[in-house]
Amino acid sequence: MALIEIRNLKIHYPIRSGFWNRVTDHVLAVDGVNFDIEEGETYGLIGESGSGKSTIGKAIVGLEPVTSGQIIYKGKDITKAKNRKALQYNKDVQMIFQDSLSSLNPRKRIEDIIAEPIRNFQRLSATEERKRVQELLDIVGMPSDALYKYPHEFSGGQRQRIGVARAVATNPKLIVADEPVSALDLSVQAQVLNFMKRIQEQYNISYLFISHDLGVVKHMCRAMAIMHRGRFVEIGTREDIYTDPKHIYTKRLLAAIPEVKPGDRDAHVAHRKAIEKEFTEEENRYYDKNGRVYDLQRVSDTHQAALPELADGGEA
Amino acid sequence: MDKPEDLLLDIQHLHTAFRVGDDFYDAVDDVSLTLKRDEILAIVGESGSGKSTLATSIIGLHNPMNTKVTGDILYSDLNLVGLNEPIYNRLRGNDIGMIFQDPLAALNPLMRIGDQIAETLLYHTKMTKEERDKRVLELLGQVGIPNPERTFRQYPHELSGGMRQRVVIAIAIACKPPIIIADEPTTALDVTIQAQILDLLRQIQSETHSGIILITHDLGVVAETADRVAVMYAGQIVEKGSVKDVFEHPTHPYTRSLLRSMPQADSDDDELHVIQGVVPSLKNMQIEGCRFAERIPWIPDSAHEAKPTMHEVGPDHFVQCTCYKSFHFEDEPAPTAEQIAAAPDKPAVETAVGGAGVTDDSED
Repeated sequence: MALIEIRNLKIHYPIRSGFWNRVTDHVLAVDGVNFDIEEGETYGLIGESGSGKSTIGKAIVGLEPVTSGQIIYKGKDITKAKNRKALQYNKDVQMIFQDSLSSLNPRKRIEDIIAEPIRNFQRLSATEERKRVQELLDIVGMPSDALYKYPHEFSGGQRQRIGVARAVATNPKLIVADEPVSALDLSVQAQVLNFMKRIQEQYNISYLFISHDLGVVKHMCRAMAIMHRGRFVEIGTREDIYTDPKHIYTKRLLAAIPEVKPGDRDAHVAHRKAIEKEFTEEENRYYDKNGRVYDLQRVSDTHQAALPELADGGEA
Repeated sequence: MDKPEDLLLDIQHLHTAFRVGDDFYDAVDDVSLTLKRDEILAIVGESGSGKSTLATSIIGLHNPMNTKVTGDILYSDLNLVGLNEPIYNRLRGNDIGMIFQDPLAALNPLMRIGDQIAETLLYHTKMTKEERDKRVLELLGQVGIPNPERTFRQYPHELSGGMRQRVVIAIAIACKPPIIIADEPTTALDVTIQAQILDLLRQIQSETHSGIILITHDLGVVAETADRVAVMYAGQIVEKGSVKDVFEHPTHPYTRSLLRSMPQADSDDDELHVIQGVVPSLKNMQIEGCRFAERIPWIPDSAHEAKPTMHEVGPDHFVQCTCYKSFHFEDEPAPTAEQIAAAPDKPAVETAVGGAGVTDDSED
């Protein structure tokens, strides 16, 4: 059974203009997306800047008011504050942010930063709390003298690990990780990703892994969705997306990742140019006349793509 | 073979030291590099490796109060180290173009795009207003901006990130400089835009035959764009050679570890390789010996050189220190004595241009 189900989620922002500052139009930041996150699984959400991927993440944590649609957790719709409270939803769902420095309060010591969610949700004595914080620092491989330091005293990778420790503090079921490694160097990125995987195995946590880096998503996630213009253009398993992309946008995104094989460079560039040409020529076919992504069509059991033809029985 | 006039920049034993308190610490430590016409030289390294410091040393953007630059940066018959400001200002923009990482910060928000590009031309050329405007429109077209006439009158905030970076590139190439330095030109951009900008850089390079120094932390970008690559670690170049050599036969332990820590297609669910320890900070940098040694503690000290020098392991492929011979990952068997002895190694007579034999990189 799915841990959390997102049903037809829409988040629209009003555009106000004119003399009375009336709402004249809407930005469709997220416009009707459906997906499930299974227990202990990492679900990847891929998209370029402005695609709405972070907005979905924020909506799931409850930082963004939802226009319509449902987020179902334990059979209840948690877009309603009453249900959120009853289910202790805010304890079960935590978040890891991209910029670790701005997500840690510079005036608090690490001890207080990590203890904050514990203080919100559990009643522990001072010694128990200290023990728990120590334990959390152990999990993410930080020395115990880190307790009395401030965020600026750590490197980027260490800060991101503190962010992970804070997110795990309440024993959550789901962690929304919004670009957790895109500000980090390659070797540090590997470290943080390893910690995230290890913690997942240990505590059976689900992740919603939001990223623009297709290499990292491929490493972390078995199921994923590609987003464009506030809608999903393709969802499927890792194999579906990476070996058999159906939508032109997915193909374009995949072709744009630089290869680490200088020998195949010319072939790769030629492939990318060909896809790019196809994209400019056939863009209209893959989007309707308002530039909106079509509804998802079933390609296989696990694979869906926003193709227009399949509805009429034709193949792309 | 290359002609000597193809040599654009010849950097020899460059040291750039920053003041911390009362002492100076080398952020760039004894770097020797050459840039030829018609090539893209990538400098790759993690944050804190000194790659941007190297770039700003070339274009002379350091405050002389807090920075000490020693060594030589030879450009035609000029030495850029210690060059006086008026002469430097004539070079900047005209001979050396610079592309910065954040295009929004690099552009003046109060100036129209057209005027910003024309400013470089105004400073360096004797063109009339009409000629300048014509050249600016031409440049905007060259960097692939769809409607040059309209963009000419726009302000930076009206453009998208990719378009802004194109404008920054237009400014950098306005005076057709033989040298272009691109400091992380695509880090702030989406992958599809990144691919477009890299294509543009290559295209410009083939049209103008300039030499481009591409500074990046992204190994994929290097593999896809550059001709030669220098890998930096802790202020030093640990490996340099053609992109093909370095990526297909990575030799220095750092290069090998970096390539291994990339999330790659072939290693799906495994743990990623992690390099032990952290990049040393400026103040904690060890002066003597191999700087990567503390991050590969399972390699015996005897494998390292006391004073690491460059070793030629293949044609025009150089590696620092001798530890590459006995290096193995922790989960691999150690190479045998015969293998170590058989490892390629030539005395480090490093040639500046092809076979012209100009400098000796070894300490003695």
